[in-house]
Amino acid sequence: MSVAGIALTGQVGVQRPELTAAVVEALSGGGRFAGLLGAPRGDGSFELQAVIATTSGFSTIATRLPAGELAYPSLSLAVPAASWYERELHDRYGVEPVGHPRLDPLVLPLPDGDVRPALQPDPLRPATPDPGALEAHASGEGMFTIPYGPVRSGVFEAVEYLVETFGEDIPRLRTRVHHKHRAVDVRFLALDPDDGVLLAERVEGTASVAHAIGYCRALEELGSTPVPAAAELVRVVHAELERIVNHLESMIRHTEGSYQAVANARLALHKERLMRLRAELCGNRFGRNVVVPGGVSGPLRVAPGDARRELERIGDALAGDTAALMATPSFLDRLRGAGVLPPEAVVDHGALGPVGRGSGLADDTRSSRPYGAYPDLGFRSAGARAGGDALARQAVRSEELEESFRLAGEALEELAHERRPLWREGRGPLPDGAALVAVEAPQGELLYLVEVAGGRLDRVKPRPAAFHNFALFPRAFRGDIFTDFVFIEASFGLSIAGVAG
Amino acid sequence: MPWVTRGLREGVVTTRYPRRPDGYGEGFRAAVAVVGQPPSGGSAGLAELCPTGAIAAGAKVSVDRGRCILCGRCVAARPEIFAFEASIETSRLHRNLLVTPPEEGAGELERRVRDALAERVRHFGRSFHVRHVDAGSDGSEEWEIAALTGPIYDLHRLGIFFTASPRHADVLVVTGAGTAGMTEPLRRTYEAMPDPKVVVAVGTDAVSGGLVHPTYLTGGGVGDLVPVDVWVPGSPPSPFSILHGLLLAMGKFGERGARR
Repeated sequence: MSVAGIALTGQVGVQRPELTAAVVEALSGGGRFAGLLGAPRGDGSFELQAVIATTSGFSTIATRLPAGELAYPSLSLAVPAASWYERELHDRYGVEPVGHPRLDPLVLPLPDGDVRPALQPDPLRPATPDPGALEAHASGEGMFTIPYGPVRSGVFEAVEYLVETFGEDIPRLRTRVHHKHRAVDVRFLALDPDDGVLLAERVEGTASVAHAIGYCRALEELGSTPVPAAAELVRVVHAELERIVNHLESMIRHTEGSYQAVANARLALHKERLMRLRAELCGNRFGRNVVVPGGVSGPLRVAPGDARRELERIGDALAGDTAALMATPSFLDRLRGAGVLPPEAVVDHGALGPVGRGSGLADDTRSSRPYGAYPDLGFRSAGARAGGDALARQAVRSEELEESFRLAGEALEELAHERRPLWREGRGPLPDGAALVAVEAPQGELLYLVEVAGGRLDRVKPRPAAFHNFALFPRAFRGDIFTDFVFIEASFGLSIAGVAG
Repeated sequence: MPWVTRGLREGVVTTRYPRRPDGYGEGFRAAVAVVGQPPSGGSAGLAELCPTGAIAAGAKVSVDRGRCILCGRCVAARPEIFAFEASIETSRLHRNLLVTPPEEGAGELERRVRDALAERVRHFGRSFHVRHVDAGSDGSEEWEIAALTGPIYDLHRLGIFFTASPRHADVLVVTGAGTAGMTEPLRRTYEAMPDPKVVVAVGTDAVSGGLVHPTYLTGGGVGDLVPVDVWVPGSPPSPFSILHGLLLAMGKFGERGARR
C-alpha cells in the first residue's frame, strides 16, 4: 500500500540558523516547497516545520525557537514561496523572520507591540484588527490606487484588491485577505476528534469533501485505522462530484464575464443538477456528513446504478456544451493571453492544482502520492499545459472534468457489485502523535497536519491550495487591463475562506 | 449558431415556486424537528448530542434551528425524538422563532414582527434590489445565493435583482459569522443603504456563529452587528430556503409567497 501521509516523529531537526540551508538543499534535490507551518509548544518555545513534497511523499524539516526568542533568519529570502507562511505566523504568533523582505500583516493586522492572540492567557479573547497597521498605499507619478472590495458587486466572498493603475493598465495589484480571517483552526481544539470532521467541512465550504477526507485520513494514519474498500469508493464518488462542480463554478464565472449568456445558463443548469445529485446521494448538496473517521457514515441513498445513469446523462450534456464553448472564438479571445504567469515563478513557487497544471507543473496528488481508491480505479492525470494563461487553466479544468466523470462512474459501478459492503471501521483510542497527509482538492493539493495528545486534538492545521496559490496571483498581472481581471480571478478558482483561514 | 439551439434544447426548466409547489424544494431535508418528547426524567444526555449546543433538554426538549448545522447526530442517536424535516419555508422573522417546537407566545411575537415589517416594506412594490456582504462565510452560502440567478430559480422573474451599489439596495443579505475584520465594512454598507431597508441573515453561521464560533475574531452571528429582520437557518441553506427568506423580506408572508 502506498502511503501519502507521514508520521511526524521521523522529521529532520535542525538548528534555527540552518533552517534556510536545509530547505534549500532539499529543494535542490528535486523537492517542492509545500509550506511552512508552526505551533507554540507548552514550554513557551515555538516549533517551525518546513514541508517538502518529494517524488513519493513528504519530508519535513523542523526547528525549535526557544521561549522568549521567537526570531530566526527569514526563509523567504532564499525561498520566496515561504513569504505568506512567514507573514501568517508573524501575525498570529509574533514569530519574527529576520530579514523578511516585506513583513506586512496578512491575516491579522495588529499594531506592532500588541500581544498576539495565540500568546494571550485566554486565546479566545477578542482581538481588534487595526487597519492602520497595514502598509500605506504606494504610488508613483500619475498612479492612483483603486481599492476593490471587501464588499464587492455581485455575490462574492470578501477580499480586497488594491489596483494600482494609470488608467486602463494594471501594472501592480495587491491583495488583502484579512477581513474574513476566522482562525478556524483554533476551533478544532474545542472539539471531539469525531466532531472535528464537521469543522473541517467548513474550512472551505466549497471543498467540504476534500477537507473531510484530509482530516479523516490524518486521524486514520495516526490510529492505523484501515478504511473499508466500499467506503473508499464512496469517498471517490463525492470527491470527484465536488471537483466537477468546482471546475464548473470557475467556468460559469468565465462565461459570465465574457457575456456568454446561453453557455452561462447551460453550465449553471448542469451545476444545479449535479448539486441535486449530490444531495440525492447523501442528503446534503455539498457532500457533508458523508466522510467520517474510519470510513463513511453509510451507503449511498440511491442505487449506484441509478446514480451512474443520472451522472452519465449530465456528463453527456455537459461535454457537448464545454466542447462548444472551447470552440467559441468570442469566449476564447477573452481568455487567451490573459493573466500569463511567468513559468519560472510557477516552478519556484510550486503552484498547485489547475493553476500549476496550466503552467506545466503536472503534480496531482491522486497520481503522484496516490491514496484511497484512486490507484485501483486507474486514475489518469490529464497532464499539464504550458500556456500559463487563463485559457490554459480553463482548458486543464475542461479536460479534468472528463476524468472526474469517469472516476465517479467507475466507483459507482464497483459499488453496485459490492456484496456485503462495510462502511466504517470502528477506531480504537487515538495514540499520541502527529500525522501529515495530502489529498487533491479541486483547487489542488490540500495538506492536513493533525496532532493528538491524550486522545484529544492538540493541533489541526489545514493548508488549502488556495492559500499557497494566492500569493502568486499578483504575478499574473503583466500588461493586463481592467476587463481581464474577472478572467484572471476566475481562472485561479480561489476560495477566500481557505486563504484567510 | 450552436448556442441558439443549445439554449432552446430543454424548454423551460425554471421552478414555478412560489406560485406552485416544487417537488424538489419541498422534499429537501432543510431542518431538524422534534417529533416526540422523552418520558419525564429521560432527557439526560440529549443536549450533549449536539456539537453546536442547539438542543435544550429542560422540561421540554427543543431544537434551536439557528444553531443547528444539520449534521444529523441527534437524528441518528434518538430517532424517536428528532427527525429531519423536508421543507422550503424555514426562514423566520425573529431569532426566537427559530426554536422548535415554538416557545410560548411565539404566535403573538410573529404577528407583531410581521406587522412591523409589512409596514416598513409596503413601498417595495413588486421589485427590490439586493446587496450581499460576506462577513466571514465558508464560501458555500455564496454558491447557494448565486444559484438563485441561474435558470432553475431565476430570481429576476420575481422582481429580485442583485445590485452593485448599496445606494440602490433595499435588502442586505449577510453571510458568515461576523468576523472582526468585516464588522466595519458591513456597518458602512448598511448605513449607505437608503431607508427603508431589510436585513436577511443567511446561514447558521450568520444566525448564531454555528460551529466556527467562538475564536478571537469570530462573532456569534451578525445579529450583533446589524439589525436582522429575516433569519435563514441551514449550513448552508438550500437555494429554496434563501428564496423563501427573500420573499419574507418583500412582505410576502403567506403560504408559498402570497401576500398574507
